[in-house]
Order: sequence, then C-alpha cells, then structure tokens
Amino acid sequence: MHPKVLPYVLLLPATLFLLVFFVYPFVQIALLAFTGAEGFTLQHVQTMASHWKFKAALGWTLLLAAVVVPIQLMLALSMATIVSKLESGRSSILYIFSIPLGLSDLASGIIWLAIFEQSGFLNSLLVGLGIIERPILFLGYQNVWVIFAAVVIAEAWRATAIVMVILVSGMGLIPKEYYEAAEVFGAGPWKRFVKITLPLLRPSLQTALILRTLLAFEVFAVVITLGGTTLPVLMGETFQWQFALQDRHVASAYAMVILAISIAATLFYLWALRVPKGAKI
Amino acid sequence: MSTAVSVDAPHKVEVRSAARFLFIAAIVVLCIWVLLPIYLLFVNALSSPQEVSGFPKTGLPSFDFGSVRFFLSFAGVLQALGNSVLVAVLTMVLSIGIGAPAGYALSRFDFPGKESFRMLVVMTRAFPLPLLALPLAVLFIRTGLDDTAFGLAIVHTVLALPFAVLITFSLFSGIPIELEEAAWTLGCNRWQAFRKVVLPLVMPGIAASAVFAFTISWNEVFAAAVLTIQNRTLPAFLVQSLNVSPLHLKFAGGAALVIPALIFIFAVRRYLFAMWGIANR
Repeated sequence: MHPKVLPYVLLLPATLFLLVFFVYPFVQIALLAFTGAEGFTLQHVQTMASHWKFKAALGWTLLLAAVVVPIQLMLALSMATIVSKLESGRSSILYIFSIPLGLSDLASGIIWLAIFEQSGFLNSLLVGLGIIERPILFLGYQNVWVIFAAVVIAEAWRATAIVMVILVSGMGLIPKEYYEAAEVFGAGPWKRFVKITLPLLRPSLQTALILRTLLAFEVFAVVITLGGTTLPVLMGETFQWQFALQDRHVASAYAMVILAISIAATLFYLWALRVPKGAKI
Repeated sequence: MSTAVSVDAPHKVEVRSAARFLFIAAIVVLCIWVLLPIYLLFVNALSSPQEVSGFPKTGLPSFDFGSVRFFLSFAGVLQALGNSVLVAVLTMVLSIGIGAPAGYALSRFDFPGKESFRMLVVMTRAFPLPLLALPLAVLFIRTGLDDTAFGLAIVHTVLALPFAVLITFSLFSGIPIELEEAAWTLGCNRWQAFRKVVLPLVMPGIAASAVFAFTISWNEVFAAAVLTIQNRTLPAFLVQSLNVSPLHLKFAGGAALVIPALIFIFAVRRYLFAMWGIANR
C-alpha cells in the first residue's frame, strides 16, 4: 500500500469509533438536555435546578473533590518520594502501593463497609479496647458527615495509587544531575524537593490532578455503598433520574453539569500548572 | 576526612539512625494502610453468614465457605460473572484491535492530521466518559444493542481506547525503525516485517495493555448499571442489589471483584510505570 495512504487507513477505525461513540453521544447529551418537543428549552435545566436535591448533590460533589484530591496529592507525593529513596525492595513496595489501582470504587466501598458498618471491624476494635461500650451506627442517615468522612477515606485509600504511579514515572524523568548540583550548593532534602522536584514534576502533577479531579466528580458507587442516598452526589442523581424517575432529559441536564465542571477543572489545571516554553526537560 | 571527626559525630549517627527508623516505620504504616482493608474484606468473605453479621469480630477468618457458597448460588450471580468476563474480553479485543493500528501509525508516520487525531484522543480525558451511557442507551435500543454484552463493551472501549492508543504508540516508538528497514532490505514486505520483527518484540507490552483494558471494563459500574437490565455484569448486579442484599452477599461479591484485579495488577506490574509515564505526554 502507498505509504501516504497507509497511516490514514490505520487511523480510520479508531477515528470512526471515537466520532460515533464519543463525539456524537456528547452532542446527543447536549440535545437531550436543552431541547424538548418545541425545540430549544431550559425547562429540563430548571426542573433539575429547582429539585431540592440538586444543590446538595452539587455541593457535596464539589466538597468531596476539594477534600479528597489534596489528600491524595500529598499522600501520593510522600509515597513517591519514599519509593524513590528506596535502595532495596523497591519493586515489591511499589507493587503493594499500586494494588488499589486495580480496584473499582464499588469494591473499595464494600471493603470500607466491612470496616465501618455497625458490626464491623472498627466497632469491634473500639469495643475491644474499651473505648466505647456498644457498637456505634456510623453510617446512619443522621450522620451525613461521618458518611462523608468514610467516603473520603475510601477514596483516598483506593485512588491515591494512580496519582502515585503517575508521579513516580514523572520523577524518573528528572535528571539526577540537578539534585547533585543542588547538593553541592548546600540545598537540604526539603529545599531540593521544593525547588527541583515540584517544579519539574509539573507535567505529571497536571496529568494526575486532571485525572483525579474528573474521577472525583464522577464518584458514584462508593457513595451509594457507604451511604445509600443519604449523601447525594451528581452522578448518583443522574442515575436516579435516568432509572427511578425515567426522565432522560433531566438526567442529561445533570450530565451537562458534570461535563461543565470537568471541563472547567481541566482548563484550570492546564492554566495553573502550565510549563513555560523553553523550560521543558 | 577521618581527621575532621568532631564531637558531634555520634550525635549525627543518632540522627541518621532515627531518620532511618522513621523512614522504615513510614513504609510499614503505608503498607498496612494499603493491605489491611483488603485482608479484612477477605476475612468477611471467608466467614459464615452468621459470623459476618455477628459482633464483635475477631479479625481472623474461620475459613467457612458458607458466604461464598451463598454468593455463588444466589440467583443471577454466575450469569453476572460470565457477563463481566464476556464484556471485558470484548473490550480488550476491541480496544487493542482498533487502538494498536492507530498507535503504530502515530509512531511510524508523519502526516497531515496527526496532531488533530492526537487531540481527539487526549480530549477524551477531559470528559466524564461513563456518562456516554445515557445517549448510547437510546442509540442501542434503536439498533438492538440494548442490554447486550457487545453494546456495553463499546462504551468500555471508549474508556480503554485512549490508553491503548497511547501505550501502543510508545511501545512501537521503542522499536528502532532500522530493524524494520533491515527486514525490508532482506526481502520482507511491510506486513511481513511487522509480523516477524516488530510484533514479537512488542507482544508482552501489548498483552499488558490488553490486561489493562480488561481491568477497566471489569471495574466499570455506572455505564454497566445504566445499559444492562437482564444481562448485568457483576458490578452492575452488586450495585443494583445493594439495599436488598445481606452483608455476606456484599462481602463475597466484593471479594469476587477484587481477586481478578489483584492478579491483573500483579501480571502487569512491570508495565504500570512505563504506561503511565507515557500517558503523561
């Protein structure tokens, strides 16, 4: 085959696939959200916004992302730094640290349910130590903040691994000479971390933060596993409208909200962590 | 150097060994943080239903297979397991089958439109992809793909395809083009050179990214729950029956979700970091 044509032939299936199953459906979501029987309408958006759960779902989703993502970032940075300092056993420690990467948020919800439920391991421990007399109902509907904390812990446990893996591979790209030079000039470990590692890690931080923030906006299974419908989140409400209330238009309006905050977050990270031209390694 | 030993030398040694101790303690704590919750899930999965809802818990499994038996004999579970495997295998085949040619084209050719294609692939990252299930549900009903493994596999392929393209792109880029050129001069055509020279070299990496695609599909909850009714995958089945299923069913189901994920991450552990290093760019 002619070498001018071959690359297009090879790209054709992937391009067609993405156009049909990625671009077109998102156009479709927008149409569902903004059109009714007589063309353009904001009625579905209004139905969504005036429902009492909307503000709560939006608020909890944003708050969850705002709490979880920084925790994951700090935990992942410490893990990545520890791994980079290891001389022996590096690969087994890395494997252990990256195990949660392969788990779904549903699995992580079930795992932490085993710990937090009323007859669970946390209550067993607390009673065993004599700290409390009888098991506490942590995940009851009147304890929405405890459910929130449990979701934060479960998410931090599961999804820190992906951030760590991205940061570890990013740290591998930083030339060792920079650290040696800094050491010669008397920079301590903390100074080296702040002045060399962090700035040069910007592209990896950007990737990791975009990925994690978007996945935090999509939080779903872990929340309903640990809290049922007590803690409303955007993805859960989308599911409710699609299934229980059978209104695809309002479900799509919710989808547009998730899409909007996702794109806003992506643009923010692209701007905040941009690497100036000529400063690339 | 030895003449410069001063009074603070023992002090320095003490500080160093204290730091060493802290460092090791941090690693141990982090390993426990990652592994203990998984261990506790398996303790519950390997206890009898009475023990699972009993209190207090000992934290040791009784190796009673009552919960596992209950789970496996529960109506719909085996079918859900089968569906999960089927959807994941289809996703694996589709994403590598479509993604690998694109990855090869990106690594070997320079052609107009290359950057636009890359943008299309990278753009998928700014979108909450499970939401695709909403409009595609309509499209699938029209085309008869609703509630089928193939329909769900298409959505999961949208999630896995960007990874497949970027990973195979870097795998092929790692094979010097000179190897292919040598084969051409020895009388191979492009396809023969690819099959006999390039393919054996990239096969392990392709296998790793196929496993990765499998894991993405195996873990996906939202789209699976929206798109399947009769033919549920395991995560969809577990999510749909969360508020009606007893605890021991949840924990045995959680364990069934976790075991394959553990094996897969172990199988691809050597490639994890290379894969994410690439995904950075």
